This record gives sequence, structure tokens and C-alpha cells, in this order.
Amino acid sequence: MSTITTEELSATTLLRFATAGSVDDGKSTLVGRLLHDSKSVLADQLEAVERASASRGQDAPDLALLTDGLRAEREQGITIDVAYRYFATPRRRFILADTPGHVQYTRNMVTGASTAELTVILVDARNGVVEQTRRHAAIAALLRVPHVVLAVNKMDLAGYQEPVFAAIAEEFTAYATELGVPEVTAIPISALVGDNVVDPSAHMDWYGGPTVLEHLETVPVSHDLTRCHARLPVQYVIRPQSTEHPDYRGYAGQIAAGTFRVGDEITVLPSGRSTTITGIDLLGKPVDVAWTPQSVTLLLADDIDISRGDLIVPAKDAPATTQDLEATVCHVADEPLRVGHRVLLKHGTRTVKAIVKDIPSRLTLDDLSLHPHPGRLSANDIGRVTLRTAEPLPADTYADSRRTGSFILIDPNDGTTLTAGMVGESFASPDPVDDQADDDGWDF
Amino acid sequence: MTTAATTVEEGTDSPYALSHLDALESEAVHIFREVAGEFEKPVILFSGGKDSIVMLHLALKAFAPAPVPFALLHVDTGHNFPEVLDYRDRTVTEHGLRLHVASVQDYLDRGVLKERPDGTRNPLQTVPLTDTIREQGFDAVFGGGRRDEEKARAKERVFSLRDEFSQWDPRRQRPELWNLYNGRHAPGEHVRVFPLSNWTELDVWQYIARENIELPEIYYAHEREVFQRGGMWLTAGEWGGPKDGETVEKRLVRYRTVGDMSCTGAVDSDADTIEKVITEIAASRLTERGATRADDKLSEAAMEDRKREGYF
Repeated sequence: MSTITTEELSATTLLRFATAGSVDDGKSTLVGRLLHDSKSVLADQLEAVERASASRGQDAPDLALLTDGLRAEREQGITIDVAYRYFATPRRRFILADTPGHVQYTRNMVTGASTAELTVILVDARNGVVEQTRRHAAIAALLRVPHVVLAVNKMDLAGYQEPVFAAIAEEFTAYATELGVPEVTAIPISALVGDNVVDPSAHMDWYGGPTVLEHLETVPVSHDLTRCHARLPVQYVIRPQSTEHPDYRGYAGQIAAGTFRVGDEITVLPSGRSTTITGIDLLGKPVDVAWTPQSVTLLLADDIDISRGDLIVPAKDAPATTQDLEATVCHVADEPLRVGHRVLLKHGTRTVKAIVKDIPSRLTLDDLSLHPHPGRLSANDIGRVTLRTAEPLPADTYADSRRTGSFILIDPNDGTTLTAGMVGESFASPDPVDDQADDDGWDF
Repeated sequence: MTTAATTVEEGTDSPYALSHLDALESEAVHIFREVAGEFEKPVILFSGGKDSIVMLHLALKAFAPAPVPFALLHVDTGHNFPEVLDYRDRTVTEHGLRLHVASVQDYLDRGVLKERPDGTRNPLQTVPLTDTIREQGFDAVFGGGRRDEEKARAKERVFSLRDEFSQWDPRRQRPELWNLYNGRHAPGEHVRVFPLSNWTELDVWQYIARENIELPEIYYAHEREVFQRGGMWLTAGEWGGPKDGETVEKRLVRYRTVGDMSCTGAVDSDADTIEKVITEIAASRLTERGATRADDKLSEAAMEDRKREGYF
């Protein structure tokens, strides 16, 4: 490591990814091996794990203990919550959302996938694609995670046989494609032995693809943003009112999608007023162009009324505003969501009152069957919802923009986060009929 | 559509891909601005340690050219490194900030808190901290905690709700989806906010190097009179060291973390520049808390227990 210079370390990009697997698929072992083999587990952490494993009478260090941080988790040997892990190679920095595989924790998978650019789904080579695998694929598809990796684990217990891998990869890829997942990369591995996790396997000459880590290091983290709708939710208005900056008025926010340039004609929603960008301040540095996910401050030609919660968009590419939203939601709170429920809806930087008008259907993730008019959604349920908002919202569809097509519902009484929502159709069309529905529209 | 076993070409990142430091910086600035937009009276916990210094630097960038719209809060254990107090005061003056100090010594003098047998004052910070939050009516409290520091922190949210006793209940945490943070809280409750959640120790140092941020000099290698206790080098001083049988010697050391003098250890190091520090950390085989914090060695759940009670 000491030969790496500061500049080389700083030049890496960041990949956020999530893992999902059923109990006993070896997910903790895979995560442990990625951390261990990339030398991200430090000596005192490993010693602590070895001590804890030995005190429970286990021979080998249980790498799951690296990620199970809460007392209740260690006592019960389960993972309750999303654990975030960090590791780096000379090529890339990684943020891993490690989500538990239990059925009742759909919300954790949804949480982890919401910010992920890639999901690793594990299957046991001996069991192949099971009900849980289909649930994980469906969540990745619903959350529009751009890259999906199928890690076919325990190949050592399947004799390292190519036909076993090929059959599972084919079945999974067909299923995921039907759900509209744009990219599946299947990799045969043994997390326990270390085959194809960090180093290429010596047991599977028939496989010519990347190892898991090689794929994580090289998968593109940014698409061509020039084709995305540009969106800037205004967070805060910066007005120093000082003698040095008496007239400065800047609109601060993190670009949610696309690019903005000095000279662009923009429209502010929901008011619909238009003006021109005269300057972009990138955290102290004036720039001509800025793009997602940069945090910037825009300076505008005209002194129009803009405040927190407004959305700045290109004048020629403004979304329609609406008070009626149709969305797919994942209910994340213990208290059910009911028709008639009065809630707060946070979209971008705007929070408005809303009412649940209807719950047309609940979706069973195992077989994608629809249950019409369930009346309510319980924790971990996924369903279709129609909402009426007190004020018009400039919402994109989630297929067009993961940031400006998503929202959360909040209980106005106690502030609980109730529901994660995605505007528009649940799944992408598997067979695009025109350019609009092509995977180029995927945006993050 | 890519199917099974397809190799991704190297160098496929578009010109729009941000460096990891730019991505982390942008995320932290977004968090600061969300809090400024949604809360009445936020405050930044400022210890003079590197993480709080980076937080303040990010806050300055987030609101420039306007001043930072938050005050600072320092929980003073009474066992602070003088270099760090000096740094704190210079920083407050330079940026025209407002500083609140919650004093552990004050609580000891009044008999509200009692000195622990081991002399460690880190766990004593919780009461002065939570009292000040309540008395001042702070509704958002920025902390420099990072998820990579400790495994109980790995499950912490960016917006972490605390009840009126400042307690943390890991089972009652709100799921955080996309970057839609939920800052709703009842009167008397507050939200701890961690803008550096996704940063690692190495990221923090790389950012300090890139932004040319000044730190208290004890972060760099220097000669110091130290003695050994519990496998760590502690600074000799009035706070209670050395005791009988502990011998003081002069060593070349630096600090990886800066906290209460009684439980923060120095490490042997000749890293006297930021480049050398980064090289040293990249090659280190110990986490910063494992190497330098006695308070986290107490038990497997030491941090979880302190967090539940309202610690940072």
C-alpha cells in the first residue's frame, strides 16, 4: 500500500452497491471475504471476531460478526438492520449496504437498493433460483438498480460444473429480463474457498469472465447524463446581505439528474416562472457546467420568487405538475397504510400534505401476482397506491429519474417514515417498443 | 443487455463520474443544507478533532459566501490538549462563529457528576451534552461520527432521532431511502445528524490534504513526554498520570484521534507531514479506535451502550 501516492488514492471513483441473499447462501462469507481479501479488515477487528467466535466454540472466525454490530444481533445470531461497510482498492472506493436476507426484512433490502448502483444477489449452486431469489430480483427491478450481479455461490459443493452454473444463470437472467432489469452479470464463485471473489478460480477454467471484485471495480458508475432530464431541487437560498456581497442571491441544491450550464433557460416549478442561469458556483469555484450529483449554487438573471422546495428544470424540458400520483410503494412502518390515510409526502426538498385515495393492488413478490383492493398495506408489503396531494408536484416517473421520481410518506403525528414510493409503472418494459423506453432512460 | 460472464471494459467511467472525494463532499453539503432548510436551531459539535474540523470546513463551503448559519458546541472534559483548545479559539475568531461550551469540570465541581476510578472522562460527556442540548433548545446536532469507526456506528442513520432524554434506540430507527431524509421530531426531541457517515479515516485525511485544511499540530509526529498504560502511550499531565510504576519517557509520537487526554493514546510515528500520515494510515493494520481509544476496549458493546445513553 505504501507505494500508492496520495494523488492515486484520491483519483478513484465511488461505487455504492448492495448485497442480498437468503439465509445460508453465504452472503456474510462473501462480504467477509471481499473485506478480508481486499485487506479492509484490520488486525484489531479480526482479533475481536476471532475472540468472539472462539468464545462460542467456533473453530474458524465467523466473518458475519464483522457486520453484526448490535448486541441483539450478536446474541440472536441474526442481522436486524442494514449495515454499511466501506472498503477500497487502488481503483475504486466502495460503499456496501449489507442487507439481511430474512423474508420480513423487505424494507431493509429496499432501503439498501434505493441508493445502490449495483446489487449482488447470491444463490446456492445446489439450490438454484428459489423463491427468495425471485423476491430479490423483483426488488432490484422495482428500485431500478442499474446493474445486477448473480453470484452463484458454493460452486465447490457442486463439483465446479459448468452446466450447473449455466442453468442457474440462464433461469435467473430470463426472469430478471422479464422484470426489465437492464443488465445481469452472472459469476460462479465459492466465497468459502475464495474462487472468483477477488482472485480468479483455479477450478473453473471454463469461466472467462471477471471475478466479483474485478466487476465491481470496472462497472460504469455514471451514464451519459446529457440525455437525462436536468433537475435541481432547491434546498436553501443563500443571501449573505453583507457589505462584500450586498446583492448575492444563490439557489443551493444537489443536482438530482442531468446537467446544467451557464446560459441555460430554466423554469422554476411549481410557479412556472422562467429565467436564465448566469452563474454556477461549485462550492466556491465558478464553473460553466455542473451535473448530478454535484452540490451547487445557481445564480439567475432575474430576481424571481424562489424558495426551498421549488424545482429548477430546463425551460424546454419541464415535467408536468400534478396533484394525483400513481405509484408503487413499499410500506416500511409497523402501522399499516390504509385508504383515507392522511400523510405528509416528501418529494425532493418539498413536503406536502397528501391523502391515500386508493390502494388498487398488493403485489406478491414471489410470483408477481396482484391482489386487488387489499384495503391496506402492512410492513414489508409492496403495492400500488394513488395519492392526492394538497399542492401540485413536479414529479417525474421513477423510470425516468430515481431521484425526482421517488418520495417518502411520513406520519404527520409522530414523524414515522411510513412508505417508500416510486412514481409510475412498477416494472420496466422487458421488450422496449420505442427509443423512449430503452435503457438509456435509466437515470441515477 | 449484458448476459452471463461478460467482461466490462476498463476505463468505462464517463467524464461525468465524480472522484470519491467529490461525491462524499457533495453528499455532506447536501446534508448540511437539508438541515439548514428544515430545522430551527441546529448546532455543530466541535471538539477540535479532525472530523469536526472537516465538518466545519464543509459547512463553510455549503453556505459561502454567507456565514455558517449554525453555532458550535464543545463538550469540554477539562482534560483537553492545550494545542486543541488554542486551535478551537482561533477558528471561532477567524470565522466569526458562536461557541457554546458544556463543561464536564463544572459538573464535577458542583457534585452532579463523579470522577470515575479509572480517571476517564469520555463517558462523563453525555450529561453535560444532553443538558446543553435541552437548555439551548437545539433541534439538530451535527456530529462527526463515521460508520467505519465502530460496528454500532455502522448501523447509524444520517438523521438519527433522539428522544427527550437523548437516547438512541437502534430498533426504532427510521429507514433512510434515497437521499430523502426525515427530520420530523416532537418538541423536546432532537435529531443527531452525521454528514460524514460514509467517510472513512483515509477519506478524511485525503480530503484534509486536498483542501489544505490546517489541523492542531498534535496530529503530526512530535516529541512528547509519555508513559504506557493499557498498551497505549498517554501524555503525562495533571489529569492523573503517571501513577506508581509507570515511567515517563520522551518518544516521537502523533495522535490519530483527539479526545479526552485520559483515554486518548498516541501512536509511535515519524509522520510529520500530511503525505506521510496518509501513507501511514493506508498501511496501518489497526483501526483508529482500536489503536488509540481506551473507552472502546471496555466491552464488545461499549459504543452501543454509550450511544443509547445519548453519547455522540
